[in-house]
Amino acid sequence: MEPAGRGHVSAITEAVEWFTASEQWSGPSGIPARLVEHAQMSATAIAIALAIALPVGLVLGHVGRGGVLAINVSNVGRAIPSFALLVLAVQVTGIGTAPTVIALVALAVPPIVTNAYVGMRGVDRDVREAAHGMGMTAWQQLWRVEARLALPLVMAGVRTSAVQCVATATLGAVVASGGLGRFIVDGFASQDYGQVVGGAVLVALSCIALEVGLGVVEARVTPRRVSLASPAAHRALPGLAGTVAPAGPS
Amino acid sequence: MEVLRSATDAVLHPAAEAIVAANGPDSWVWWDWVGRHGSEIWTRTQEHVFLTVVSVVIGALIALPLAVVASRVRRLAPPLLIVSGTIYTVPSLALFALLVPWTGLTRTTSLIALTGYTLLVLARNTLTGLAEVPDDVKEAAAGTGYSWPRQLWQIELPLALPTIVAGVRIATVTTIGLVTVAALIGQGGYGQLIYDGLDRDFRTPIVVGSALSVALAVVADLGLLGVQRAVSPWSRRGAAT
Repeated sequence: MEPAGRGHVSAITEAVEWFTASEQWSGPSGIPARLVEHAQMSATAIAIALAIALPVGLVLGHVGRGGVLAINVSNVGRAIPSFALLVLAVQVTGIGTAPTVIALVALAVPPIVTNAYVGMRGVDRDVREAAHGMGMTAWQQLWRVEARLALPLVMAGVRTSAVQCVATATLGAVVASGGLGRFIVDGFASQDYGQVVGGAVLVALSCIALEVGLGVVEARVTPRRVSLASPAAHRALPGLAGTVAPAGPS
Repeated sequence: MEVLRSATDAVLHPAAEAIVAANGPDSWVWWDWVGRHGSEIWTRTQEHVFLTVVSVVIGALIALPLAVVASRVRRLAPPLLIVSGTIYTVPSLALFALLVPWTGLTRTTSLIALTGYTLLVLARNTLTGLAEVPDDVKEAAAGTGYSWPRQLWQIELPLALPTIVAGVRIATVTTIGLVTVAALIGQGGYGQLIYDGLDRDFRTPIVVGSALSVALAVVADLGLLGVQRAVSPWSRRGAAT
């Protein structure tokens, strides 16, 4: 790696050349293959995180216990650097894809737990009592009433986690995972700045596209009257803005 | 730990062998290593604190004035949040990589990226804090003959301060975590210990670097929580976020 900047003209030209070279678009280290690897690692981690976090958050929110844990798990998660998690996971499994997926799961669980909990607690007491009065079992109340009403916040947590997974999967390249981060790490190693910038652009666009795409899904499942921007939502859930703060960049 | 073990086997230096034997090759922390590397750990601490403090301070100097303006001119708020939110979404390794051709593998590169990440939280909390100042308070101030700058400085900002400090807390804790990645472009900090440990397949610096980073985040968070309480004397149990 060289210490000084190389000027923007050559870096942009090199990145454009890198993008347009035909060998980038095929083979096991081409852009499509790396994109698939990146998506697979992220999707695996999200699926595992959902399987762990969703039941915990929904049940804790339904019974109204463990709030301190459910809310603070996100704050604690923010304090643990994703790079540290990744390298610590390597100590358990060795380098490769496994430590990256483990670190991604660890990062993805807290926002889903916190948001599911806050969403469930935010369900109106009248609604709970009405469901109870209609003779619903606790399970029916949880799944058919409360979880439906908590869906917008649950979705917000899933969005935060998913974007964080895709972002942190980039760092996996440092511990020999595949994915789009390979272009950045390998580009630095071979001082190929066209590849570095090209890879960084791909990573940035993937994360922004996912954030925007899941934002649209979140808006779809959020009825206007309980929109989080409304004053009513803030009255219903004091401290909302802080509690569901995004987990932070990776 | 294969690499380390084979390396020590090959060296067969009596002192090295004694250290490995005393610690056990697979233990997570060799305390005698920690004892012998106090000055390096202190240097990494200074680098880590420096990058964090400078990034959050510059971030506040940029985000706070912009948010104050956007709180008066409401149509400036969406672009401010969209731009800072976009930066926030880009992973740190990618943002460093995008900056390196311009500013090199330098401290400047890491400071630009780290500052960029603080903007969203600082701007959003400042906007929220100012928006939550009750209208009747503002009307009373205007009715008493306060000019706009004086009203902002003496009434609105003090009332918004707890929310702004809450933003500084989140931004600081987030930055402390991100600084570890700056080691990948050679900017030191606790990430350097973690990276060295990964490179040499030696657990002690990894554990020490990770633990100190978390400890620094907790200390900073508690310290700023104290500040947040101090600036909101009207609610000692204020909504800490």
